[in-house]
Amino acid sequence: MTDPLFEFLCRMGDNTLVLGHRVSEWCGVAPVLEEDIALANTALDLIGQTTLWLNLAGEVEGKGRDADALAFRRDVWEFRNVLLVEQPNGDFGQTMMRQFLFDLWHKGMLTALQNSSHDQIAAIAQKSLKEVTYHLERTTDTVIGLGDGTEESHDRMQKALVRLYPFVGEMFVSDDVDAAMVAEGIAPDPAQLRADFDATLDAVLTDATLDKPTSDFAHKGGKSGKRHSEHLGHMLSQMQWLQRAYPDATW
Amino acid sequence: MVTDQPTTETVWQWLDAVPDPEIPVISLIDLGIIRDVAWVGDTLEVTVTPTYSGCPATRIINLDIETALRDRGVDKIRLKTRLSPAWTTDWLTDRGKQRLEDYGIAPPQPAGGPQHCPLCKSHDVERISQFGSTPCKAQWRCRSCLEPFDYFKCI
Repeated sequence: MTDPLFEFLCRMGDNTLVLGHRVSEWCGVAPVLEEDIALANTALDLIGQTTLWLNLAGEVEGKGRDADALAFRRDVWEFRNVLLVEQPNGDFGQTMMRQFLFDLWHKGMLTALQNSSHDQIAAIAQKSLKEVTYHLERTTDTVIGLGDGTEESHDRMQKALVRLYPFVGEMFVSDDVDAAMVAEGIAPDPAQLRADFDATLDAVLTDATLDKPTSDFAHKGGKSGKRHSEHLGHMLSQMQWLQRAYPDATW
Repeated sequence: MVTDQPTTETVWQWLDAVPDPEIPVISLIDLGIIRDVAWVGDTLEVTVTPTYSGCPATRIINLDIETALRDRGVDKIRLKTRLSPAWTTDWLTDRGKQRLEDYGIAPPQPAGGPQHCPLCKSHDVERISQFGSTPCKAQWRCRSCLEPFDYFKCI
């Protein structure tokens, strides 16, 4: 197994990288100008956080790779993001539902990481948490507003939830990397974040008049890198093509 | 001790003349992002904290700091990034908040929204969007004078 700390940092950085890129796909085509700006700002925060996580991952790895090298020179199977974040944007409702589900997990994770035994991780978490708290405020309001909105918006949010809920479970799966992080006091056991997540999720879905799917079936394989969905490769081919065609290009 | 080194106090004054690239009415000192200035041997070390982790202005700010110091004859400069404690709008100076307001940007308030419209001072204001033209701002509107305005988010 590769260094668990490197793996863990790639998971954090790849989540924010892949979601950040996905959200940036809305730039210029969001339903209204205010939402366009909000989405672009959210993407910017996530990409900024990516730089912090992946630079640290590169330092820990010690092979001279920085955030750019890790973002642009790895192929699909080396990515460690959860499957949820690589799912396509769909309509605006699906994008906001995906963001809400991720923000809720993200906030719980970062809150715990503020007390990490690893100073740099604690510092990145403290910085990111301020931004993510703000993201969650917005996505919570939006999920409730659209869920408890018109018949059309309600139906779309319900469809989005049904489609994305099977990707929630993976965020809370614990494996050997997590166990190593727990043993060193670096990161929490993701399974222990689930109860708080569920409590808030249920409350928000009630306000949004949305029904949580009853099945807890969870797609897995993104965080371990064993099996990404087909969507990630397509996204990377767009995100990475310039650095792959013209390595080390500058302008 | 090299005698021609400017004192750190002088350097702080120089940096107070460097405007924020996005909101040029306030200086980097007003913004509260310069956390430390110190001489380490013959190298001037300036510690900067980012406002938002993805803010594109951060790189320009670092470039502006270097340029300002080089223009005044300091050759050996090291810029350090400090993440913790994370930047907070509590570090904006009172002068900076006043300058924002005079410029038409409502300064941050602990209550989470603008105190009043920066233009007509009416308290009848509403939020248009949680985000605005830069990561540090949100969009609001005054119901009295009907003007939209930026609010500097409180974090």
